[in-house]
Amino acid sequence: MSGGGNWRDALYEQLRAEDISIFSYVPDAGHQVLIDRSLADRDVQSVPLSTEQEGVALAAGAHLGGKRSVLLMQSSGVGNCINMLSLIQHGRFPFLTLVSMRGEYGEGNPWQFAMGKAVEPTLNAMGVQCLTASTEDDVEASVRAGLTMAFGAEQSVAVLLSQRLLGAKVFNAR
Amino acid sequence: MSDNKNRMDRNKAVPALLGNTDDFLIVAGLAGPAKDVGALTDKAFLFGGAMGGAVAAGLGLALAQPDKKVLCVTGDGDMLMSLGSLATVGVMKPANFSLVCVDNALYQETGGQTSHTGLGVDLAQVAEGCGFAVTRDVTEESQIEEASGLLRQSNGSTFILLRVNDTPSPKGIRNLHATETKTAFREMVLGHR
Repeated sequence: MSGGGNWRDALYEQLRAEDISIFSYVPDAGHQVLIDRSLADRDVQSVPLSTEQEGVALAAGAHLGGKRSVLLMQSSGVGNCINMLSLIQHGRFPFLTLVSMRGEYGEGNPWQFAMGKAVEPTLNAMGVQCLTASTEDDVEASVRAGLTMAFGAEQSVAVLLSQRLLGAKVFNAR
Repeated sequence: MSDNKNRMDRNKAVPALLGNTDDFLIVAGLAGPAKDVGALTDKAFLFGGAMGGAVAAGLGLALAQPDKKVLCVTGDGDMLMSLGSLATVGVMKPANFSLVCVDNALYQETGGQTSHTGLGVDLAQVAEGCGFAVTRDVTEESQIEEASGLLRQSNGSTFILLRVNDTPSPKGIRNLHATETKTAFREMVLGHR
């Protein structure tokens, strides 16, 4: 999975191989390859969201109709999802989200830390289990674990993609 | 102030607009609309919380079942909490998706406080601006027959604003256990859990 910086393409192919056919997202640099690949894939519904909570409800609706989906979001979007996760938790819907982290390893924008630090506590509070990928070698195994837990065992899972993996955004503060 | 006193009674208008509920896969938003729909059919997925989620859930269902007609029935309060989901439907343009907003211009469930629609916000215009192919603002019984037909057409996403008065929804007993209603819905649609 690792090597050549091509883990992002491998991740897309891994999700497609596991029948993920609906990708929802709020545009984000960390998920750019997944978003672009989903837009170019004629067998996939690629859904731009106006806010991340739509993706939570969309995942439940897709499951009612028999399709697997994934929600791609940045850590700041996790806070927009909290009450909507009641639907996932109470209804025990399978739920998988990939979260590109900000406000942690190497972050230069102080505005990002509040939500960055709150990602795991708030997701855990709503019953979403967090798995973290910090290196390229972590990605395939973590996503495989998340897919199994979500779609095999009706769990809700977030795979957190660390800035250690993604590379921290260069941010020059005065 | 809300000016909803001279509007239609939802207990007549909603059944007349929806017609045969077996024509659709139905998702209904929390509170009034879930009760309205629950009184007509036991085959719908009814929200009992997660306010603001009905439209996006209906969209997900429509994307997953493109050969079935999907109907989302929700209220003005639920929709005001997620106006952006109208924009998301507008960009996806699912031809098999219809949306009914039962607009009583107030938050009945919490004591009847006036909502933004009672203060002038027009959700049919919002839906039109978001790119719904067909929108109607239904204020009189004479408009219901045409609107009921539009819910069933498949030339693009349809939005029907149904303006009703403050008559309460039916007081039926609903199943609030979403694990059970989810499973029943999937068995109906997919033939398995």
